[in-house]
Amino acid sequence: MFRRLPEAKGDTVLITVDGKPVTARAQDTVAAALLAAGIDHCRTTPVTGAPRAPYCLMGVCFDCLVVVDGRGNRQGCMVQVADGMRVETQQGKRDIAR
Amino acid sequence: MTTHAPTLDTDMPTVPQSCDLAVVGAGPAGLAAAATAARAGLKTLLLDENPGPGGQIYRAITRSPLPEGAVLGPDYWSGSPLARNVTTSQVTYLAQTTVWSLARDLELGISRAGSAYLIRPRRVILATGALERPMPIPGWTLPGVMTAGGAQTLLKSSGLVPEGRLVLAGCGPLLFLLAAQFLEAGVKIAAILDTTAAGAWRAALPEAFDFLTSPYFRKGISLLRKVRAKVKIISGVTALQAEGEGVLRAVSYETASGKGRIEVDTLLLHQGVVPNLNLGNAAGIPTVWDEAQCCFRPDVDGEGTSAIPGLAVAGDGAGIGGALGAAERGKLAALVAIEALKPDAPVLSEKPQVEAALSKVLRGRAFLDRLYRSAEAFRRPSGDTIACRCEEVSAATVRETVKLGCAGPNQLKSFLRTGMGPCQGRMCGLTITELMAQAQGVSQAEIGYYRLRPPVKPITLAELASLPKDESAMKSVERG
Amino acid sequence: MSTDRKSYDVAVIGGGLVGASIAYGLAKSGQKVAVLDEGDIALRASRGNFALVWVQSKGMGMPEYAGWTVRGAGLWPGFAAQLKEETGLDVTLQQSGGFHLALSEGELEKRAALLQRLHNQPHMLRYDYEIMDRSRIEAMLPEIGPEVVGGSYCPLDGHVNSLKVFRALHMAMERAGVRYLAQHGVDSLSYRAGEFSIITPKGEVRAGKVVLAAGNGNARLGPMVGLEVPVRPQRGQIVVTERTQPFLRYPVVTVRQTDEGTVMLGDSVEEAGPDPTVGLPILSSIASRAVRMFPRLGSLNVVRTWAALRVMTKDGFPIYDQSLSCPGAFVATCHSGVTLAASHALLVAPAIAAGGLPQEEFGVFSSRRFHVPASA
Repeated sequence: MFRRLPEAKGDTVLITVDGKPVTARAQDTVAAALLAAGIDHCRTTPVTGAPRAPYCLMGVCFDCLVVVDGRGNRQGCMVQVADGMRVETQQGKRDIAR
Repeated sequence: MTTHAPTLDTDMPTVPQSCDLAVVGAGPAGLAAAATAARAGLKTLLLDENPGPGGQIYRAITRSPLPEGAVLGPDYWSGSPLARNVTTSQVTYLAQTTVWSLARDLELGISRAGSAYLIRPRRVILATGALERPMPIPGWTLPGVMTAGGAQTLLKSSGLVPEGRLVLAGCGPLLFLLAAQFLEAGVKIAAILDTTAAGAWRAALPEAFDFLTSPYFRKGISLLRKVRAKVKIISGVTALQAEGEGVLRAVSYETASGKGRIEVDTLLLHQGVVPNLNLGNAAGIPTVWDEAQCCFRPDVDGEGTSAIPGLAVAGDGAGIGGALGAAERGKLAALVAIEALKPDAPVLSEKPQVEAALSKVLRGRAFLDRLYRSAEAFRRPSGDTIACRCEEVSAATVRETVKLGCAGPNQLKSFLRTGMGPCQGRMCGLTITELMAQAQGVSQAEIGYYRLRPPVKPITLAELASLPKDESAMKSVERG
Repeated sequence: MSTDRKSYDVAVIGGGLVGASIAYGLAKSGQKVAVLDEGDIALRASRGNFALVWVQSKGMGMPEYAGWTVRGAGLWPGFAAQLKEETGLDVTLQQSGGFHLALSEGELEKRAALLQRLHNQPHMLRYDYEIMDRSRIEAMLPEIGPEVVGGSYCPLDGHVNSLKVFRALHMAMERAGVRYLAQHGVDSLSYRAGEFSIITPKGEVRAGKVVLAAGNGNARLGPMVGLEVPVRPQRGQIVVTERTQPFLRYPVVTVRQTDEGTVMLGDSVEEAGPDPTVGLPILSSIASRAVRMFPRLGSLNVVRTWAALRVMTKDGFPIYDQSLSCPGAFVATCHSGVTLAASHALLVAPAIAAGGLPQEEFGVFSSRRFHVPASA
């Protein structure tokens, strides 16, 4: 869905998304990394189970909620990626244990 | 196992116990306010939730992966000095720091790296900026639909651009600025669906003289010319629909001359920006309807001063005035704070220049407000179109509930949970007011807005539990 | 706006849970009813409720209230079914029993002693409750933290989605023909020749009977029709988390998971006057106790907090009363609008429709009790 401009600089970092390795850039937020990796949605809603993807990218819509390093309902657009970070798409309500 | 839950650079400053002035938000208004206050010797704290200064308009200005110049254009890069003034000043700048509470006595609730803090500055300036006006069209929750501002953030901070077929829809300067940036970056745009109302040019005409002599004019015209030369622009769009099952496939539209449909991978929506007023609202600054800008804003005077002692709002968060205006309004609010705390500061003599600069950069605003006033059809959705994205409440359900006699948005929360989800009304507040105003046949001012309470941004229960509490507070929650 | 000069059989003042329940019950009893309510910004106790249908520990000092509460909880299943049938809304009533948890041996002893005193009262209605130790509670609530030493359990306790109750009542009211009048805050009311005249900013409303269900507003309105309603606002604050997967099978008096997945944490008891603002020390205390009871709650995000004003009498019990000087004027006021909703719709409303509150059933709840010297 999104591609990186060739002139964009930056160090690469390795994260996993649902267990699969994904290359991101150090400046990326989790939401940006997911869009660059071509995911079509990052979560399903707790109300109807509808798929959602990052929408506002500025921390106000809460549609980019994902599980980061085992903790649910984190705003993907407000979390910077880091090497080794484990990102998971979220299904409905988060689990209290994570 | 490593965890990366909130990470911060280790050389970053810690949260101070106290300060003269706390500025919330590091966009143009906040940066200018903080730098001005620091120049006068005020112990100044600048709090911002992003990883670097710039706010949304100058997002990632110090850390963009894109080379200076070309793609993002000179207006973006003109934000660099603002950020530099702060990073080279005595301002304590805390990035990746969320302000989730502000009390009437100016106590700020802050969250940073997973820990909560309380701090009580002598004065507070809210520079919380703007957010995009919700554009509730059918299918706007589908993956593949995004705000134009969101796409621009991806471009600025990550050098990302949409791939595949792309349509931009809506109205307002940002839509065309983004189109120009995309063209510069070699991105193909299938079409721009312009929802600017047919009568808008006529309505804006009385303000045209100011606009023609404003800095917006030349820039605006050249931008439009550039975009028009390369992109098919469909004007007079009166209805839009994002189509697809689970993911966006196409956008269909209507104009006076008929209907159309374009297969797309990405649809970017935009119909202007409105003040991000949650924190001030929760602090108790009354919210007033601004008919010219068709949105609510906090009730503050021309210098940003609110009725709450020591609390001001500067920049677009106090009413939309653009980035250049925001910087001047930030300085002005800082000067008011300096006047109160350091009445002998030499910097106070700059006030007339700031006021003059502000009135100059605000020229032409009224024209833009009228020209790009979001058309009613895109503020007042109908049928199954989702009004509240978090609780997935449709426009029709809102209308039916209003028929039960529900008086306003705060009552509606009890009926439908609208505004009670994680976004705390940011994505639905204006739509709910518009729908209720329409259903009851009264003005938006009469309907009013959500009354908000902390936390205006999520904090964990553990963070809340870690805050100081006295014995009487503990007693009040124990049950026999 | 138009002046509603039409006359009603009954005007209910207040559109919260108490007013809506009674108005609905009156309409079902064949009365022509108007509900007069304030606007969007009003002190609404209904908005602050914790949604428990709760029995244990109620009635210390007035065993009749314990009986009234048990009866009300017993009416709830039928009432919930009735609301569902009439509106299609499932209010998700769950009467699985509920807990009070103790975080120290001292708290547990205090709790056991209180319940014993309660049940030792003369004329106390017998019902089951148990003091449980930690291991038994853990079997039922596996997420409890190490600080929980025990607690009390009552099988009659439960909870409901109070927002859905509120919405269902308003829908059912409308369907039963009740006229709901928003923005009709009452300036004054008077009684003359068998009819009540109610003056509001939107005009006059006339009715043969009037029911005061205006919460703390009843203190001001009561004397206008010969009713004394000594109530005061008592603040309570509540914290709500984001939605999470179901983890709590039973409601705890201060921690409950809603059917939607959010976790409500309550609630403070503060004598703060008519000030419905939240304060961080108390919210933090609420959060702290909740995390001590269920440590995993600590990682959940807080999405909302709020404060509301309970409607409190000197002895904490409700007032149901009828005016002697202005026949046809009634008052119903309590701080358990959820627990007692079924009673209000199915017992109080029909009595009012029939002409009066029977002394043998409601006499104990009259505000005349406040005139009896404490030693008597």
